[in-house]
Parts: sequence; C-alpha cells; structure tokens
Amino acid sequence: MRLANPTMLASGILGLSAESLGNIVKGGAGAIVTKSVGLKPRKGYSNPTIVQTSCGLINAVGLPNPGINEFVKEIREAKNFNVPLIVSVYGFSAEEYAKVAKKAVDAGADAVELNVSCPHVRETGSEIGQNPEVLAEVVRKVKASVPKPVLVKLSPNVTDMVEIAEVATEAGADALTAINTVKAIAIDPETAMPILSNKIGGLSGTAIKPIAIRCVYEIYEHVKVPIIGCGGITNWQDAVEFILAGATAIQIGTAIAQKGPSVFKAVTRGINAYLKRKGFKSVNEIVGLSHRN
Amino acid sequence: MKLSAYRIATNTLRTTRILSVKTESPTVRTFTFKDRQCANAKPGQFLMLWIPGVDEIPLSILDAKENGIISVAIKKVGEATQALHNKKVGEIIGIRGPFGNSFTLKEGRILMVSGGTGTAPMLFLSKKLASRVTRLISVIGAKTRDELLFMNGMKKTVDKEKTQIIATTEDGSYGIKGLATTPVERLLEKEKFDMIYTCGPEQMMRKVFDLAEKYGVALEASLERLMRCAVGLCGSCVIGGYCVCKEGPVFTAEQLREVKNEFGVSKRDFDGRKIPLE
Repeated sequence: MRLANPTMLASGILGLSAESLGNIVKGGAGAIVTKSVGLKPRKGYSNPTIVQTSCGLINAVGLPNPGINEFVKEIREAKNFNVPLIVSVYGFSAEEYAKVAKKAVDAGADAVELNVSCPHVRETGSEIGQNPEVLAEVVRKVKASVPKPVLVKLSPNVTDMVEIAEVATEAGADALTAINTVKAIAIDPETAMPILSNKIGGLSGTAIKPIAIRCVYEIYEHVKVPIIGCGGITNWQDAVEFILAGATAIQIGTAIAQKGPSVFKAVTRGINAYLKRKGFKSVNEIVGLSHRN
Repeated sequence: MKLSAYRIATNTLRTTRILSVKTESPTVRTFTFKDRQCANAKPGQFLMLWIPGVDEIPLSILDAKENGIISVAIKKVGEATQALHNKKVGEIIGIRGPFGNSFTLKEGRILMVSGGTGTAPMLFLSKKLASRVTRLISVIGAKTRDELLFMNGMKKTVDKEKTQIIATTEDGSYGIKGLATTPVERLLEKEKFDMIYTCGPEQMMRKVFDLAEKYGVALEASLERLMRCAVGLCGSCVIGGYCVCKEGPVFTAEQLREVKNEFGVSKRDFDGRKIPLE
C-alpha cells in the first residue's frame, strides 16, 4: 500500500460517513481509517461520552456503528477519494473479526485495521489485544480471509507491549498501529461522580504523546513490519518525533478538533521542510533514525 | 458567520447550581444558572448540559447575560428532560460550551419563523437585533394555545411599531389555525425581507427554506442533531459533510442547498444509520 504522504486519519474520528471522510481527504490525509465497524449495529453509550481534561480528551463512546452490512454503502462511496481506505474492524470473536474484514474488503477496503485495543467495551477491543492467544487467533483468521494488508492497532494498556507486538506480527500482521487510547477516568468533585456514563474511557491527545512514542520506540527494535505512530500528534515536530522513533506513517485524531482537517496538510508540509533542511530524500531515510544514536 | 474555535476551557465541564426554574407551558420550563464561560454566548449557540448520573444533552441558549446568568428552555420529551424537570433550585448540573456558530446579525426587515422551543434562540436573537431592525415579523407556532412560547418576551424586545407577532396553533385555539408555515407564503408575497431566521421542527424549517428559495430571500436555520462530543470529532451530528456541532448549528440557505437530500428528511441515529425524521 502506497501513501501520497505519511499522514493518516486515526480511527474513531468522523469516520462513519463517507462525506466526512471526504473532508479529511481534502484536508490532505494520505490515507483514511474509518470508525470501527462490527457485525451488528451498536448504539454506543449514553452521554457523557467525552470529557475534556487539561491535556487531552477522555472518551467512552462505546463503538457506535451501523454494522458492516449497512456500512458497505459508505465504503463504496469513500472508495472514490483516491487515497487508501482502511476499514477499522472489531468483533466479539475471531470469526466475527474475519467476517467483518471480508465484507469490508469485498466492498472495496484497501486494508483493514483490527481494533484489538478499544479500552471501554467488554469482550472486544483491548480484551482481545491483551490476550496473546486470542489475539493471534484473530489475526490468523482475518489474514486467512482477506487478500489485503492487515494492520493491528495495539493497546498501551498491557504489561509488555513488545510481547503483544511480536505475537501480532508472528500471526501475520502486515503493520502495527501504536497506540490506541490510554485507560483513564475523570471524576467531578461536586457530585463525587465519574463523569463518563461508562465511568472509564480512553485518553487521547497531547497527554499520551510521550507514552505513544516510547511504545513505537520499543516495538521498532523487535519487529520488522511497518509501525504507524498514533497518539497526541498535533504538529510536524510531533510527527517527526514518531518517525525518528520508528514509525513509517502517523495517524492524527484529537488534533482535528482544534486545527480542523487541514492539520494533515500542515503536518505534511512540515515533515517535507524538515527532510529538505536536513538533506534527506524521503521519510524512509529517517524511520527509526534515533535508534542509531 | 464565524466558525467556532475550539477552546479547552470552553469544553471543560463546569458544575453549577440551578438558580431558578420557571414554568413556561405545561411541557416547558426555563432554568437559569451561573456560568462565566457562557456569558458571551451568541444567539444560535448551544451548550451541553449534564444531568449527573442520567445524561448530557445539547440545549439552545435562551439568554446569556454579561454577569454570567444563563437561561435555557427545556421541553419534557424523554428521560433526560424529565429528570431535569424534576430538579429544583440549588441542585447541581454540569455545563460545557458554548458551542457552534451563531446567527448573523442582519439589519432591516426581518422575518422569524419558529416552532416549539425553537422560539428560544429567536427571542435571544431578537434582543441582539433590536437596535438594527426596521421591521420584525415573528411567526410563532405551537400545537395548542398553552404551548405558545415567549410571546410576551418577543413583544417587549423590539419597538412596538416595528414588531408584529403572528401566532399559529394546530388546533386553532389561538391565532391562525395551522402550522407556523401557514402564514409565511402570504407574508413573502406581500413584503420584502432582508433575512428569514428559522428554528424549530426540521420539516417546518424545510418548508420555510423552500419558500425562501422560491421568493429569493436569504435564510438562516438552526439545526438539531444527535450530539456526543460537541467539538467536531465523533461525527454523530453529521449532515452531508458538515458537523452540526461545529460548522453549525446555524446554516445558510446556500449550505442547506448542499444538504437538500437530508435537510428535513433524515438524520443519523445513535448507531450512525440514516433514519427518517419523525
């Protein structure tokens, strides 16, 4: 899969309608990742589903999606944007992941990203990605059922991320996305109540950037497949930091709230200017560069 | 129309106490509370109101005073609004916002068409327009006489000689029998307007939009969709390529032309599926 630039939309942001994804493409994203889709429709949690903190957002939206059978319409429409379309997939079993992935690819997805890292829905997401045996089975089943690249989005909410990354790649993952949100909570002092209806959610935004970069840095030393860096990227400096740690491409999500879709163009321009100033010809030349020193 | 800028302080939840509760109709109550972030809110903007342990709902702002006293009108329609109606002065609620864009403040001859609690932002808007308008006709619709909202408030905001209030009720218990749209075509035939503002049930706004297009009058409509994040990230409130929470909730006729297939026709449900508007 080739990208016109190393920026991608992170899953979960604006990704349920093709028209919204089109705005992200206009903003300069090199690839788009949809919101996670499952086999059946899901309404998600009741509000509050997001909480603002001083350094990021905590969300527990609860994987709302219309189900893959309905979502194929949006996939077919989003195919026309001429950038790679990656469909994020979740399931409650390896079979479900495989079924949804196959339907997404049949409808035109260029790749699938397995959500084995959502921290706030039981029996899927990180409950899969935290268990090496189950994770391996999910990746194998999906690989066996789709002829397209399979990305695995990893959870930072594990004791040893390197072990999980190795399990995913040995099972056949073509690339890894690191990281999903970090488990978090916010409590209102006046009412003494957790604010999110689900109580616990996932933290995104600038707060998790150093954690995400450390994860990419550690994984890079142990796996050969491309790593897609994700977590708190708001400008080109952040993106370059991820690439130097070992990321081949990066994803942006939360920053879209502040900067709008044109954040992708701005980050790409910044990366290119950096490469030129430093005398590099391509992003590939600086992937993992920090490990040489 | 200015695009809303995202500020962390605006989106941070503040808890505050209910200062007053006023019954406006059998189904609508106005709540006031103090919130400094919303003190400079503009007509058309909305806030997210947290009912602890129950829900968080988007609400159009009825009034925002410089001293930070904010009002919202709430119609009892479901579990969350029922829980809110049960709340008394002194009880705690949470606030995020204000969010979204606002109505353009036009000068000259203005027509407002509103239904139900859609009259709330119209009343707020009329206060800001008071010094600019040369004529204001406000069509206010409701099902029955006792559900007509803010008639007196609207009468008081602009000069009596410049203002005309036209009430419509579906059962004919007051004013013109019919929908808020009933008198609109006759008004557009008779008079020239510099702007139509509309807020209320979406099918009503769609009819007003179609008439505005037919008579070539500028229009701004305030839309409502399912909201979660309120800052343009989750995509729950999309109509066409727009997030109602961020690029809206106020849309111009030009923008509404782009989303004609959805405006007054469909919305997205909790699971993201397009469903017909009730």
